[in-house]
Formats: sequence, structure tokens, C-alpha cells
Amino acid sequence: MSKPLLEIKDLKVYFPIRSKNLFGGVTKYVKAVDGVSFHIEKGETLGLVGESGSGKTTVGRSILRAIEPTEGQVTYNLDGDAVDLAKLSDKEMRGFRKYMQLIFQDPYSSLNPRMTVRDIIAEPLVAQNLAKGDEVDERVREAAAYCKLNLEYLRRFPHAFSGGQRQRIGIARALISRPEFIVCDESVSALDVSIQAEILNLLMDLQAEFGFSYLFIAHDLSVVAHISKRVAVMYLGQFVELAPTKDLFLSPKHPYTEALMSAIPEVNPDIEMAPVHLEGEIPSPINPPSGCRFHTRCPYTQDICKTKIPEWKEINPGHFAACHFVDTLHLKGVEMPNSEDAN
Amino acid sequence: MTTTDLSHTPLSQEESEEAQRYFSASQFQLIWWRFRKRRLAQTGALILLVLAFVGLFAEFFNPYGGTTRISDAILVSPQIPRFCNDAGCTLRPFVPGVVSKRNEETLRMETVMDPSVRRDIYFFVKGEPYKLLGFIEMDTHLFGLKEGAINLFGTDSMGRDLFSRLLLATRTSLSIGIVGVIIAFVLALIIGGIAGYFGGWTDYAIQRLTEIVRVVPVIPLYMGLAAAFPKEWSSTQVYFAMTLILALVGWPTLARRIRGKLLSLRGEDYVIAARLSGAGSSRIIGRHLLPAFMSYIIVDLVISFPYMLLSETALSFIGLGLRPPTVSWGVLLQDAQTVRAIEQAPWLFIPALFVVVAVLSFTVLGDGLRDAADPYQVSD
Repeated sequence: MSKPLLEIKDLKVYFPIRSKNLFGGVTKYVKAVDGVSFHIEKGETLGLVGESGSGKTTVGRSILRAIEPTEGQVTYNLDGDAVDLAKLSDKEMRGFRKYMQLIFQDPYSSLNPRMTVRDIIAEPLVAQNLAKGDEVDERVREAAAYCKLNLEYLRRFPHAFSGGQRQRIGIARALISRPEFIVCDESVSALDVSIQAEILNLLMDLQAEFGFSYLFIAHDLSVVAHISKRVAVMYLGQFVELAPTKDLFLSPKHPYTEALMSAIPEVNPDIEMAPVHLEGEIPSPINPPSGCRFHTRCPYTQDICKTKIPEWKEINPGHFAACHFVDTLHLKGVEMPNSEDAN
Repeated sequence: MTTTDLSHTPLSQEESEEAQRYFSASQFQLIWWRFRKRRLAQTGALILLVLAFVGLFAEFFNPYGGTTRISDAILVSPQIPRFCNDAGCTLRPFVPGVVSKRNEETLRMETVMDPSVRRDIYFFVKGEPYKLLGFIEMDTHLFGLKEGAINLFGTDSMGRDLFSRLLLATRTSLSIGIVGVIIAFVLALIIGGIAGYFGGWTDYAIQRLTEIVRVVPVIPLYMGLAAAFPKEWSSTQVYFAMTLILALVGWPTLARRIRGKLLSLRGEDYVIAARLSGAGSSRIIGRHLLPAFMSYIIVDLVISFPYMLLSETALSFIGLGLRPPTVSWGVLLQDAQTVRAIEQAPWLFIPALFVVVAVLSFTVLGDGLRDAADPYQVSD
């Protein structure tokens, strides 16, 4: 097996909190991402799920250096050469931007309302001098065509478009520099369900066409199941489970994953749902709980969970989880939603 | 930022030409279309344009110069042009003549209208020579009399034509406001821009400095600065010193707003998108940040005009600002301070009317512009 496209090792992103007084220094940190390691193969989609505040978006953005990582390595394999993105200067990073792009969650705020669709899509080309003159227009038209945008619309401004169409414009902008890796940050969660399916299918078509690797961030498990080959579950800045999509859904190994699964709405109204209710809110990432971070809300918690940090173990090939009781707990999985589409 | 989907029509349908136009309209077109619906703001803009135009070419619209004294015409009340008198009506407008008479009760010389004398008004008459815009030598005035004097707004206690002085004052007061606002704006843009773009410690230090300037009480500050003008300064020097004072007091508010706007824009998704697209600082500032707050800046400028106007008027009124022979609205109103003025020459208050109209016009214009300025936000 060739080297993965992207290898993230022990990634940490801390945000300092300054104290309120005049000369106060940094006293505390919000540990948004606290030691996360994973890899992404070329042409693969890795799903990343977790509730709000778990640090999913921060993981995605710090890989792209939209947020500076505090610690850790982000190794990018560019035609066999390994480059640690976390150590590049801003200037060097600019040269790398063409290989990686971000598709935003909000299709309204992510497009500059003062630029035409053509200028928005062309931005990566123009900003990095990747193309000049007529070639820019040609590539804009090409990218727009891939995203099934009417070429007539290129002269228009974003206010002329609906959410789904705006998201297509955002996707066209992401793919015009022919990147290898795209972070989809909740890219469909702001859209109607019918439009969601359209955009998901578009993303998968583009992947088949260009061989993109996606880091697909979402909070909706059924969406993730539809598009991902592997799925990582994140809780309070750390991964709790990472497994091939099917394994994760059929036999989750972490109680938090089980709780997430049980919250997927059942299509058949005759089947009674038995969601595992989690008590309380996600704890503060400033002072995370000791031991296993999930112990404050875990229905299976025992004394050891409060003191000892569980190990990140490979249970089955490719199936990782961090729980003291992976071998003894028998957790309930679910039928794969849209299982026929999953690969 | 709340953005609202302005188009609910699916694009695949047949579109009217109007919709096509709307969809490909730029920001300034959208602003203009919205502004066109605001009659009040347009009225304000029109009044200001007329004031600025008349002020700019004041010498041409004036029958007399600003310091010309008309003998035998002390405190003449406004002469209103008319077309008819006892002798009948004509097409040419005229004003009644003026005669000096001793008041039998107060024994003071007074000027009164003599309706039996008819002074015809002629247009484009030759009169006092002047330099239009400071360099075109001319002696044609828009209107005037062949004999006698015309005082549309009356005269002051020294026999100077108030109408002529008022137009010259309009130019001084408006220009002092404009220059003051521009200087304040440049200061604010630099200071607020640095604070907003760099953030952190720079921002903190600049913020505290701005607060210090803001809490200094304005009137004593004005008085202190104005008292520092050397007496021997020429009126031009005083004029520029005044604009500087107004600007120095006016910048903190503007700087704060620019900083706030920059800070909020820096975190906008589309600015992050530009950075992730590999755009450098200059492109981000030029293509994304500046266009986004240009409209706010214009509105802010228009709204801060009235403060400048009022400050200038107030300072000159209490004798701290501009000094005669320079004429500004405030200087003119100085003449209206005495009880005698209120009692005998209420027309000396006409400059106050101009101040009120100008300030109101700026306010309604600024209001209308603010509503129109963000076409992506639905405010009505």
C-alpha cells in the first residue's frame, strides 16, 4: 500500500484565554483539539462526526492552516515528498494552497456578495497566478460545468442564487485549482434534504472524476454513512472511535458512538426507537474531565473511568476505539442507513 | 450577519428582463436602486447640492461683496421682490425703494420702505468686479439694480447685504465641514485600520488612547485650542486651524467604527475563503475588505458632517472660531446675539435657518444612505 496522502499525528489546537485584568497574561487554554492522529488515503473519504463543540471544524481548519495548530504534525505527501504543513511559513503555505481547499458550511456567508460568480470561482487561479487571460475564463466555465451551473449565470452576483446553487458555486471555487484534498466542513447541513442529496452526489461524482480525498465533517450520521469509507467519532477534542463505516454502524465499540447511533431517526414508524439518552451538556474544553473524558455522561461508567485515561487501541483491523471496556461491552449498532450506497 | 435569499424564483424558469437585470446588478447599482425609493433622502441630497453649488459660485449669485457697505442702508429689513404696486403690474420684478428717516419717538435714524419708489431688478448686470473660483475675473452678477440697492435678506448694523454674506458663509461653513471630515476620516482610517487589522496589543493600546481622547469634554478642549491661536494669524490660518481642531476631536468615533467593522469582516467566511485560496494581504484588503465597508464609510462620513457644521457654528458663535472678516454661519449669527437684533432686526436670524436646513438635510441623507447601503440586508 502506498503512503497515505495525509497523515496527522498528535494534532493539538489550543486557544489561549487572556485574563480580564489589564496586564493579565494567558492563564487558561481552550483545548479545542487535544491530540488527534489519523490518516487519509488518496481518493478516500473520511467522515468526521461529533456534536457541536467537539472540535471537528477546528481539526479541518487547522489542517488547512486557517487556524494555526499548536502542536503536532500534518504530513502531506506530494508526489512522494513528505511535507509537514504545520511547520511551513505563511508564504510557503500559500504555494501549497492549490492542493487543498475548503467547502464551507454556510453558502451565504462564504461567497463575497460584491463579486460576480465568475470572479468568485476564479479567485484561487487569480490569487495564485495559476492561469492568465482567456485560460481563466476557460477553466471557470469548465469548473462551473462540472458543478452543473448554467454558464449564463457567471455574470451574476451571489444574491441571485438559492442555497443549493450557492453551494455549487463554492464547490466550483474549491475544485478550480485542481486540488487533491478537500475539507467539506458541514457542507450540506445548511441545505434542504433534497438539495443535500444532490450536493452529496455531486461531491461523489467529482471524487470519481478527479480522485479527490475528502475530510467530510458533519453531525448527521446518515449523511456521513452515505459518503464515507471510514468514519471518525470525536468527543471533546479527541477521537473516541475510528472505523470503516460498516463496522462502526453495525458494531460500535464506544458508548458515545452507540448514543449517537441511537439518535438516528428510524424511517419505519412501527419500529420503536430506543435512544440512549446522554445526561447533560458536553463538558467545557477548558477543564476537561479527568480520566476518560466521556465518563461524566457515559451510561456504563465505572470507577476506573474517572482516573485512568483509556488507551487508543486497534480492536479489529482498522477499527480503533478508546474505552476501557471495549471487550466486555456489547453495544447496539444500527442498520446502515442508505447501505446500498456505502462502499 | 443576516443575509436573506432575495430571489425565490428558480433560475431554470423563464426570467423577465427585470429579474435578469437584478441578478447581474453590482453592489452600487443595488444601492442606487434602493436609494431612488427614498424621497426624503433625495430631497436632502438635492438641497445640499444646491447649497454647495450656490456657495461655490457665491460671488456670481451675490449682488454685492461680503464686506461692501451700503451707505444709508443700516438694518434694512428684507426687500421682497414683487411684480405689482399701486401703479399696476409689470413682468419685470422690482423692489421698493429705501429712505432714511428719523424715528420721532426714539430719535434714531431708521430706514423704511418707500413703496412709491420702484427699483427694477435686472439680470446679469455689471457690478463689483470679483474673481470666480479665485481666478476667473468677472464683473457680471446674476441680478442687481441699476440704481439704489437690493437687500433680499436685509442688511446688518453696518449696512452690509445679508444675502451676499450668507452665500459666502455657506461656502466657508460647508467647506470647513468637508475638510474637517476628510482629515478626521484619514486619521480614523489609519488608526482604526491598524487597530482592526493587527488586533492584539496594538489594538489594545490604540483603543485606550481613543477612549482618552473621547472622554475629554469637548467645549473646554475647543476653547483651549482656539485660545491658542495667535492673534496675528490671518483668517486663512485660523480657517485651517479650525478644520484641524474639528478633525482632531472628530476622529475617535469614526476610528472605532472602522475598527469594529474590520474586526467583524476579518472573520467572515468569504475572507477566510480568499485566504485559503492563496490570496495575499493586499488582495484580501483590496478585493474583499475595502469594498465591503466602503458603503458604511460613506454613510459614516455623511452622518458626521452635521457635527462638524454645528461645532464650527457654535465655536464661531461664541467668538472662539473664525473671526471677521471671514464670514461663516457662526460668524453671522454673532450679530444676532444682541437684544436689539431680536427686537429690531429679526432677519439677522436667517443664517440659523440655513444651519437648521443643512443639518437636517445631512441627517435625512445619511439616514437614507444607511438604509440603502447594505443591499444584502433586508431592513424594510
